[in-house]
Amino acid sequence: MLRRTIMAGAFALAGLNVAAPAAAQAQTPAAAPAQTEITFWHGLTQPLGGLLEQIATDFNASQTHTRVVASFRGSYPETMVAAIAAFRANQSPHIVQMFEVGTGTMMAAGRAIKPLHELLAETNTTINFQDYLPGVRGYYSLPDGRMMSMPFNSSTSVVFYNKDAFRRANLNPDAFPMTWEGVAQAATALKAAGVACPMTSAWPTWTQVEQFSAIHNIPLATQGNGFDGLNAELRINNPLLVKHMTNLVQWQRDGLFRYGGRDGAADALFPSGECAMIFASSGLRARIQREAQFAWGVAQLPYYEGTTPINSIIGGASFWTMNRGPNATRSAAELRGVAAFFAYIAQPQVAAKWHTDTGFLPVTRTAFEQVRASGFYALPANAGADIPIQQMLRGGGQMTENSMGIRLGGFVEIRTIIQEELERAFQGQQTAEQAMNNAVTRGNVVLRNFERQNRGG
Amino acid sequence: MRLRKKVIFKGTALPWLLLLPQLIITGIFFFWPAGQAIYSSFLREDAFGLSREFVGLENFTDVLADPNYLAAGWNTVVFSSAVAITALAAALFLAVQADKAIRGANAYKTLLIWPYAVAPAVAAVLWLFMFHPQIGLFGRFLNGIGIQWDYKVNGNQAMLLVILAAAWKQVSYNFIFFLAGLQSIPRAVLEAAAIDGARPIRRFWTIIFPLLAPTSFFLLVVNIVYAFFDTFGIIHALTQGGPGQSTTTLIYKVYVDGVQNLNFGSSAAQSVILMAIVILLTAVQFRFIEKKVHY
Repeated sequence: MLRRTIMAGAFALAGLNVAAPAAAQAQTPAAAPAQTEITFWHGLTQPLGGLLEQIATDFNASQTHTRVVASFRGSYPETMVAAIAAFRANQSPHIVQMFEVGTGTMMAAGRAIKPLHELLAETNTTINFQDYLPGVRGYYSLPDGRMMSMPFNSSTSVVFYNKDAFRRANLNPDAFPMTWEGVAQAATALKAAGVACPMTSAWPTWTQVEQFSAIHNIPLATQGNGFDGLNAELRINNPLLVKHMTNLVQWQRDGLFRYGGRDGAADALFPSGECAMIFASSGLRARIQREAQFAWGVAQLPYYEGTTPINSIIGGASFWTMNRGPNATRSAAELRGVAAFFAYIAQPQVAAKWHTDTGFLPVTRTAFEQVRASGFYALPANAGADIPIQQMLRGGGQMTENSMGIRLGGFVEIRTIIQEELERAFQGQQTAEQAMNNAVTRGNVVLRNFERQNRGG
Repeated sequence: MRLRKKVIFKGTALPWLLLLPQLIITGIFFFWPAGQAIYSSFLREDAFGLSREFVGLENFTDVLADPNYLAAGWNTVVFSSAVAITALAAALFLAVQADKAIRGANAYKTLLIWPYAVAPAVAAVLWLFMFHPQIGLFGRFLNGIGIQWDYKVNGNQAMLLVILAAAWKQVSYNFIFFLAGLQSIPRAVLEAAAIDGARPIRRFWTIIFPLLAPTSFFLLVVNIVYAFFDTFGIIHALTQGGPGQSTTTLIYKVYVDGVQNLNFGSSAAQSVILMAIVILLTAVQFRFIEKKVHY
């Protein structure tokens, strides 16, 4: 008797574990017949998500033919997976917000997506992409300049530093070192002055590998960082990057640098006053403003002596138009609705408001000029808010194929691989050079698999 | 003890009808997904399912040749056995203490059962707040007394942390079963042993422990199944499988490859391997270990 109960219990428990939640289902409440309803999935948490949904509400109020229904679908990777599952079930949203590392996957998605240039041509909509910052435009366009997705929230990486700590270490709080050599000296001085954590880095791969490669004008991968074809191979074991990684590992050992964890985990170390310098997303600004109990400054990313820095690349997300399912396209009315929404968010005043509300980049030059003319950057509270834009235009805004962006399939996985190999180096299990070589080998396997899966697709 | 009453149905229609609901549920929720996983494990496809290719056993050979997969297998062995042993030992100790005639025993028991109601992700966050090297109470304390505590760069510390968090979560469950098992042991046997001069420790090992064997065996199975499949939330919230891949277990790798990396073929092949391991493990447990258990 007891035995039977035990068996039943064991199977019941096993059963609970096996039953996986069903894929998220798209909500399509009935719309008024005259109005076209556009579903829009985004991956921004509050307060950003609310500001984004407000833009959709404002758009709905501005006209009568289209109603955009924006809904939060979890973090960026979760939104991506939800959209893919929905597509396979013929339920995909009209518009999905996709983070920049998913760009390569979306580009290769064939009939799952409606390229932006086709959408605009078919609906006779014009958006002046020449007005967009080159780094923003380039990340989401084909090599011939045709746009594939609608750029929206974009950030770049900058340095935030604690001016009070700089003063304590007898460093000039108003002149952040331009070079990595200078940063290392400053870190040494900070440590000598009793700062437990002189510097850290959020988004280790994005800031220390991707941005580093772009501003030093060295390739991250062949084929123009993947823009020219799926047969790209990683090049992150080049001498300059290996030198930088070796330095980071050494600085970690010497107590000058602290590895704060993957993705945005290190963000918290700066506003709390724990670390005196952080390499982070320009979007961290709002949080620092809210939480930091000390004087702080913003600076452009440093470079190694003997190199000439050029523009940094962006992070963030863009909006993709999706077909409903593997064998279902969108009606003319639906396409018109999506195009109208995109034209609405491309307006300078919408882009400018998003920039000043959130700290993301103003994606167009006109929006930037508008904000500057309004005197926003001159206010003491907003000091340094234009540093990310200056850095995006560093080197005269003449991008090279190394600073356009990154277009690699399976890049989410490659980022994780680089982080894992770096963590092994920080633990002392391997040298920085071995870490980079291993990351190249493992990353190339991902690239070859992606190429094979999308051959002909 | 066992009574068997055989009911003979006339014809086969009624028995099939009676079995049907159960068969439908089993078919839809067990065999269909399992079949899908096996089918996908022979395919390679892009994320959107627009092109697929039959690759035979290639997903399996790739996975088994991957040193990271084998390392994840080893992590799983270390993690599961440590979680099962820690959770069982701690729960048994607590249950024996709670079974004694103590003041406020009921409040004490209730408090011990609480952690079971905590969701895995919340449990992980609690542990994070205790052991985070910069903001955690114990994390700061450890660093303060000179122990270099940082589970973000130290793989062994990360493993220790996820084991503790996962085991803590399971102690309550084990505790309830052990307590019930203890309470079903006849007092007369224990009193007789006490009169014969057996000390508490001897009474525990010669009477209580053997009589608890069926409960312990059941809990062992459940704990290992738990450590294999249910600890995903804790690992995801605490370490995300890192640093390096030092806390990546087999089930976590299935998630990473399938959901994050959108590599469905490889993920399905890993699920099939995991399914085979669990079938084997359960069969071994019931066939060999059960023989040593006296009901």
